[in-house]
Amino acid sequence: MMFWRYEVTGVDTVTLHFGDRIDIALADRVHQAADAIAADMGDRLMDIVPSYTTVLLRYDLSRDDLSSLLSDVSDTLADLPAIGPGDSDGEVVDIPVYYDPSVGPDLADVADRAGMTVDQVIGRHSGELYHVFAIGFAPGFAYLGQVPEALAVPRQSTPRPKVPAGTLGIADTQTALYPLASPGGWNLIGRTPVTLFDPGRDQPSLLQAGQKVRFVPISRERYLELGGRLDDLPWREEAQAPASEGGQP
Amino acid sequence: MTATAGQGLVVTRPGFFTLLQDAGRRGVMHLGLAAGGAMDRHAWAWANRLLGNAYDSAALEITFGNVEFTSELDTQIAVTGADAACTVNGEPRPLWSTLRLRAGDRVALGVPKSGIRSYIAVLGGFQVSRGLGGSCASFIREGMGSLNGDGCKLAQGDHLPCLSGLAPVANRKVPEGWRPDYKTPLSLPVILGAQVERFSAATLETFFQRPYTLSPQFDRMGARLKGPALAVTDNTLISEGTSLGAIQVPSDGQPIVLLHDRQTIGGYPKLGAVTPRGLDALAQRPPGTEVRFSPVALHQAQREEHEFLSFFNA
Repeated sequence: MMFWRYEVTGVDTVTLHFGDRIDIALADRVHQAADAIAADMGDRLMDIVPSYTTVLLRYDLSRDDLSSLLSDVSDTLADLPAIGPGDSDGEVVDIPVYYDPSVGPDLADVADRAGMTVDQVIGRHSGELYHVFAIGFAPGFAYLGQVPEALAVPRQSTPRPKVPAGTLGIADTQTALYPLASPGGWNLIGRTPVTLFDPGRDQPSLLQAGQKVRFVPISRERYLELGGRLDDLPWREEAQAPASEGGQP
Repeated sequence: MTATAGQGLVVTRPGFFTLLQDAGRRGVMHLGLAAGGAMDRHAWAWANRLLGNAYDSAALEITFGNVEFTSELDTQIAVTGADAACTVNGEPRPLWSTLRLRAGDRVALGVPKSGIRSYIAVLGGFQVSRGLGGSCASFIREGMGSLNGDGCKLAQGDHLPCLSGLAPVANRKVPEGWRPDYKTPLSLPVILGAQVERFSAATLETFFQRPYTLSPQFDRMGARLKGPALAVTDNTLISEGTSLGAIQVPSDGQPIVLLHDRQTIGGYPKLGAVTPRGLDALAQRPPGTEVRFSPVALHQAQREEHEFLSFFNA
């Protein structure tokens, strides 16, 4: 039995709240709840959006009403087995990353701030198993945590106008890959050759909330073999370019 | 007669911002992608309904008018929404009504006198392939939907495929009393959320009694309003899924109403959500319009939304 409460967040949306802190044990419970609701409700829900501590449900007002929905959600959640910290069965996704200053222009700065060598930073960052807390900001953009405290560097004060697709960044204790080229203020430390979001795939987003992610360091040769690009790096022009009007995570 | 796809409307003047829109995507928000869909569902749904099209049919959403299309086929269209002069081969034609087009006819819209978004539906709906979430709603930022699945707004020379050979529908028009006046003062109904407790009683009184002005930062993602700043007692919020119409209050205290192409998760405290019917009306107001907010009970908002859906999407 888990504790939860709901908040009406729109004419056809309700947000379930499971707690008020960012940690993996709570996130595991949130994603367990989201998966169970999705499995029980199927097409009845128009959208289901898990995040760190919440699950937003959008229902079809022409076929459903809030009280019957909440009653069924309540039944689903009452049947969930308890999970302890660490025994979540979240699937682990391995993502190859070329950690290098050419594709991660902040790698040296992160190492300086942490008082480590670049190799030590790579070892610490890739030695962690990350939890996909939420997908948002942009299609396929996964908020991953937790980055070891020693590497927790705050966001850049001026966002870069363009970060190439696949770039890996750190902001405080979170880390993320940019699925598509976009403005971004995270500290960039590497890049994956893997396509993170492709609307033509059966699973458009490689990552789903609730999964676990492990970064596997690869060489420049392997990065290029896997289709990684080095011909679209904007770092040289960024000094002149204005910050975009667009949002950034 | 057998309906065939192929001939269509050719864009001869694309205007400032013309998109294909339908009822939006479903089941994609967990991928980080918002639903999208017509900004003013009321005018969009009427255009399709006049022609007997399915609710979900794709139609054109034209912002600030000034467009022209040439028809390659005999068909019918309906133009609704903003009060923009409509002509066929230069002759005035009524809005909110079915119109006959012959192959070679040129249909044009001027710059709106009131309202900002026009909708053009065609008999049978535009025949555009649907992508993710079962929709062809144009989403420029993410490069999705639209004619070629790239999200682009329409350009000169674009070809909008239609169905030929459909039996025409009887001439119909929307009764006068049902056509909205986009110049009337706007009061947006707000469903209050639990985060309303982060605002003091005095702040809420300000919000619901003083006018706000629609700023120029008003697009398909959101509408920023300017007015008395709203103080938030606690502005730390762990990012969570965003709902349509949510009123976010960032640290400057100026509210932002999140719209169809919003980001799917957000970390600003929310006062509540403007109802979809309120957003339909908002979609027709230009920047600079004075806007007020009024609280509405959930059951009342749901009843109105239910009436809307059962009328248009029965």
